[in-house]
Amino acid sequence: MKNNLLVIFLALALLLVACQPAAPAESATEDPGAEMEPLTFGMVLVGPKNDRGWSQAHYEGGLFVENNLEGATMVVFESLNPGDKPEATLEGVVDDMVSQGASLVITTSDAFEEDTVGVAEKYPDVIFINSSGDDVLVGGAPTNLGNIMGQMVKMKYIAGCAAALATESGQIGYLGPLINTETRREASAAYLGARYCYENYQGNDPAELDFTVTWIGFWFNIPGVTLDPTEVVTSFFDSGADVVMSGIDTPEAIDGTGQRASRGDTVWASPYGHIDGCDNSPNVCLGSAFFNWGPAYLGTAQSVSDSSWTQAWDWNLPNWDDLTDLSTTAVGWNNGPGLTADMQANLDDFISKLASGELNLWTGPINLQDGSEYVADGEVATDNEIWYLPQLLEGMEGPSE
Amino acid sequence: MRIRTWIVRIWPLVPILAALLFTIGLLVLFGADPVEVFQAMWQGAFGTQDKTLSVVAFTIPLLLSSLGLLLTFTAGLWNIGIEGQIVMGAVAASWVALFMDATSPVLIAVEVILAMLAGALWAGVAGILKTRGGVHEIFGGLALNSLAIIFTNYLISGPWQPPEGGSFFGTVPFREISQLSRFADSRFAPFSLLVAMVALVMVFVALRGTTWGLKLKALGQNPRSAFLLGVSSERETILAMMFCGALAGLAGAVRVLSWYDNLKQNISGGIGYLALLVVMLAAYRTLWVPLIAFFFSAVLNGAITLQLRTQLHSSLGGILTGVMVLFVLLFGSSKALGIGKSSEDEALEPDTSEIES
Repeated sequence: MKNNLLVIFLALALLLVACQPAAPAESATEDPGAEMEPLTFGMVLVGPKNDRGWSQAHYEGGLFVENNLEGATMVVFESLNPGDKPEATLEGVVDDMVSQGASLVITTSDAFEEDTVGVAEKYPDVIFINSSGDDVLVGGAPTNLGNIMGQMVKMKYIAGCAAALATESGQIGYLGPLINTETRREASAAYLGARYCYENYQGNDPAELDFTVTWIGFWFNIPGVTLDPTEVVTSFFDSGADVVMSGIDTPEAIDGTGQRASRGDTVWASPYGHIDGCDNSPNVCLGSAFFNWGPAYLGTAQSVSDSSWTQAWDWNLPNWDDLTDLSTTAVGWNNGPGLTADMQANLDDFISKLASGELNLWTGPINLQDGSEYVADGEVATDNEIWYLPQLLEGMEGPSE
Repeated sequence: MRIRTWIVRIWPLVPILAALLFTIGLLVLFGADPVEVFQAMWQGAFGTQDKTLSVVAFTIPLLLSSLGLLLTFTAGLWNIGIEGQIVMGAVAASWVALFMDATSPVLIAVEVILAMLAGALWAGVAGILKTRGGVHEIFGGLALNSLAIIFTNYLISGPWQPPEGGSFFGTVPFREISQLSRFADSRFAPFSLLVAMVALVMVFVALRGTTWGLKLKALGQNPRSAFLLGVSSERETILAMMFCGALAGLAGAVRVLSWYDNLKQNISGGIGYLALLVVMLAAYRTLWVPLIAFFFSAVLNGAITLQLRTQLHSSLGGILTGVMVLFVLLFGSSKALGIGKSSEDEALEPDTSEIES
């Protein structure tokens, strides 16, 4: 009896599955009155959309487009990497996005660079943006592929300056992720800002500034694989540093500094990645440097929907008038509660010099870490030279490759 | 009586259907339309030729790993270390693909052989740790998995890093001649299917028709009696592990030589663990394994389209497969529901009393 019941149950279940009505073919929701066709765009993330770091910043950029471009719909795919999704590929994901009507697809990691070229060739009528990549700069990219990146280096000058204004020991620790052109460039920018402010506002000899970079090996802690960022922060402080700057995605720098401060040490931190990066330990926080993709993605979405998009390698500038204005700036700096009035005044002065163009920190002479000349006396480094910085700079401690 | 036999035959379908119903319940609970969900999954798995080829391509390494696990399960071994064996196979194949100069057929032959060797050796270490060091293969395997992943990360961020600088993303793409040739711009290499079919026949024959298969069964059923009857538990344990490792290594080679075209961080991404589920869901029956592996691949690939269409969380595919296996474990065996099973099936099931006690 039991057996028969089970068989009947199974048969019923099969019937239920089999008898579902067929899919209504693409229920067209056309609005004849609309002037512009509503845009569907794809957003491919390498990590989770709520990682409080890199991927979340892109996701929020996509939400900004949805909120500001009428009818725009984002299709998100998160955590596309071999470890999390061994069965997924960029090509497969893009196939789906295009079949859902996406006319713009944004791939948000340099891990997707090669595959994005492939799908751009496969779908010549769809616009592809690879964020942080350099295919267009290098040349030879398909004409429907563009690159977008924010000039984080400029915010790193500010972070470096704030660190130099705060330090009493003259030792700054920089918690680096992995080593590539992007991270070398950003760590070096922080050093340039620090050196300038150490000399010009603090009145110290820049040669005495100790700026040490420790690379943990990845953008966040992977136990057993990377160095433990918390331990790196501790060893910075133990060796005499009193400011730790973060270049990684997760908040170990500010958390570790907060713990030190609660034991009575005078220490500061400069977090990275999120506008609210200071929240974990406001009192030790000098300020937070962050990416803000919304404005650039909105501009791209608008130009794709009115067919005015042209290929470009965009290295976007901050809005110097308001570095926390999320509707305009591509990169930002949010002053931290840890800045004293004196520090704040000097930092504001420094920012205004950067904003006016009076100060360009990439003015030579600038030497590479091995002592060779990179920018000659009186010359100014080009975007290309800054982007492809081959080593850390002279005066910085830590490996270049 | 005939119905009873019939139910035993289709037993692996029961947890699948139960899990489907359970998932439908979950979806309704979250306000999603189950019809839309399953349509999206179907489209994602078989909607276009590319998608179907993707499902097949992802099935192959999963199938190879599962076939290997049939050997170790039969011998009563929990080869959790299969994940690391896949990775080491991928590393060995990548080494050849990156650095060896030869014609394409020679390259591929060397890649395949070295990948199998690397997987077998990595598995052999876990086997020796068990027989000589008294380290249970689960713990030895887990440690070796971590080591294999750390080793890959060292290679791709160190000596094998691309010229533009080290990242944890991967090596440069291999030359075309060192990759398996694929069907119609997909990730499916027909050669890998051929290899998997040969492996399937070999495992089937080994378990059904050879003394070695009998020895493994004896070892799995009752190691002590097996020993008294003259089965060398050390020799068979290590051999079972190594054959499984060789198939896992092959799976790793297929991953880097056709699914991807370079060595990446975490190249297996849990295919080994998935294979454990495949074999458990197949109730350790060889001929069910390819079907279940294919089904898992279809569900996971379908879940990609599902996430994109519905913006539901993409782990739904994982939940579905996970729930199925949970149901298998919950139902225990068909016996637990009073259906019973044939002695033939019993002989194929590994002795898990050691784990359960």
